[in-house]
Amino acid sequence: MSLNNTVQQLSVFLENRAGRLDEVLKVLAEGGVNIVALSLADTSDYGMLRMIVSDPHKGRVVLKDAGITAMLTDVVAFRVSHDTGSLSKAMHQLVEGEINIEYMYAFANGEDAAAVLKSDEPVRVVDILLGSGFKVYSADEAYTANA
Amino acid sequence: MAKVLLEDWKEQYRDEKIECMSRDEMSALQSEKLVKQVKNVYENVPFYRKKMDDLGVEPGDIKGIEDIHKLPFTTKEDLRDNYPFGLLAVPREKIARVQGTSGTTGKLTLAAYTEKDVDTWGECVARGLVMAGLTSADRIHVCYGYGLFTGGMGLDLGARALGAMAIPMSSGNTKRQLMCMEDFGATAFGCTPSYAMYLAEAAQEAGIIDRLQIKASINGAEPWTDEMRLKIEEILNINTFDIYGLCEITGPGVAMDCIHHKGLHVYEDHFYPELLNPADQSACADGETGELVFTTLSKEGMPLLRYRTKDLTSIDRSPCECGRTLPRIQKFTGRTDDMKVIRGVNVFPTQVEAALLSMGGQVAPHYLLIVDRENNLDVLTVMVEVTEEHFSDEIRKMEALKERVGAVLKQALGVSVRVKLVEPKTIQRSEGKAKRVIDNRSL
Repeated sequence: MSLNNTVQQLSVFLENRAGRLDEVLKVLAEGGVNIVALSLADTSDYGMLRMIVSDPHKGRVVLKDAGITAMLTDVVAFRVSHDTGSLSKAMHQLVEGEINIEYMYAFANGEDAAAVLKSDEPVRVVDILLGSGFKVYSADEAYTANA
Repeated sequence: MAKVLLEDWKEQYRDEKIECMSRDEMSALQSEKLVKQVKNVYENVPFYRKKMDDLGVEPGDIKGIEDIHKLPFTTKEDLRDNYPFGLLAVPREKIARVQGTSGTTGKLTLAAYTEKDVDTWGECVARGLVMAGLTSADRIHVCYGYGLFTGGMGLDLGARALGAMAIPMSSGNTKRQLMCMEDFGATAFGCTPSYAMYLAEAAQEAGIIDRLQIKASINGAEPWTDEMRLKIEEILNINTFDIYGLCEITGPGVAMDCIHHKGLHVYEDHFYPELLNPADQSACADGETGELVFTTLSKEGMPLLRYRTKDLTSIDRSPCECGRTLPRIQKFTGRTDDMKVIRGVNVFPTQVEAALLSMGGQVAPHYLLIVDRENNLDVLTVMVEVTEEHFSDEIRKMEALKERVGAVLKQALGVSVRVKLVEPKTIQRSEGKAKRVIDNRSL
């Protein structure tokens, strides 16, 4: 499979400062960029905001214009049905494939849930998931999830 | 728009007679001026008469420049105590202009100039502009602040004396600065080094560097490192020059470096430099680091004897490869004020700058030092900006970067530091003097 099945995640480095997250979200809202999913990781000094948005390129541009540095990262988003053990099954396949997962987060998507996963080998992740019967979202599908 | 290499440089002088004068002739000139100046302040400034009387020194005891060590010092506190016009050596009507410190805490320090003092100031800056390869055909974009701060006016007066075109932008609004720089075809600009770096980054980001005609920049008002200089030169493809000055003495144009960058040439026919050991105020040998002290030999409005600058440097009186015999003070390690003693180790902000620049762009050379005392221990936190190129969404990579920065700083400073990564372009870029240190210890 190709990179067409990877999704561009918008990542923002956030200082631990009152109101900073609000500023970032406001810039995206005013730029008409919808947030489909997000995860906020924190350390003692700073936070890392990771988002799946309706238009990642536009998101990056509006943030840049507002003086906020953002980057685009290739991630894989796949469907996880609401059945006990379905996420475990996916993980098992990835471990078998010796995939190293940097981080992961999930969001509800209609009847199902979706997991977003970052690895150094997104193309292999897509291969493995498709090969074991999982549905991998295309970029367009991910950007418009729940829309 | 084209950096000139040293081997292709053609040196030019504004005042060859003075700038390349033999040491004997210069001493004779300084002696003559000092004798006159001491007599002048003794007769016209009650503050100096009292100081000299207290020391038992009379104008007649000063026969030449070699007697300068007999004279009393002047400190910033003396200027504050005599604020605003207590140190004038001429009637108030003769004062043509005042300028002040860029303003740190409390009352500002005011300097007063006669018409002739203003001319001398412009002439000194013009010498530096010529040393930077500029002529009357050049267009000089001044983004130092105009106002009481001497930066803007100093460069402006220099451009006027040279007959060059001045573009009086003052500071702020980087987008507009770049637009005017391009539209007016500026061939040189002047501002603080930290703002020059910021402008360079902004020009690069806007992709307009090829459209600029800048060939030189004159940067001063705060200490900067060679690494920073090379970085600005590399981004903008220009030659940069370091200018030094302080409003008490005249403003920018007290000293400036030449293309050889082996120290800043002091215009010692007007500003006589001494280097004194901070511990006992004894004279330093050439090459030895001490506090820079100036006596204004020509000033009429507010002449100062042996003014303690608190700037630490050393002096080299050997002739320079550029042909000038004017002595050279080394780039500043810092001010006695900026130096912080952290757990017994002397730390200068410029060391942090050099260390960050040595990391090849992994972090930006903008920083802020914060000193705290926790449980009776000094804690030094260095806030460092992440660069867009080295930003990662993986915390593991960011933490590794943080550790690398910490290791490099510890190596450079000799004390361990706490590194705090901050967002790109969030540490304030100064338009006057950069604030590099916040000391929260109440010592």
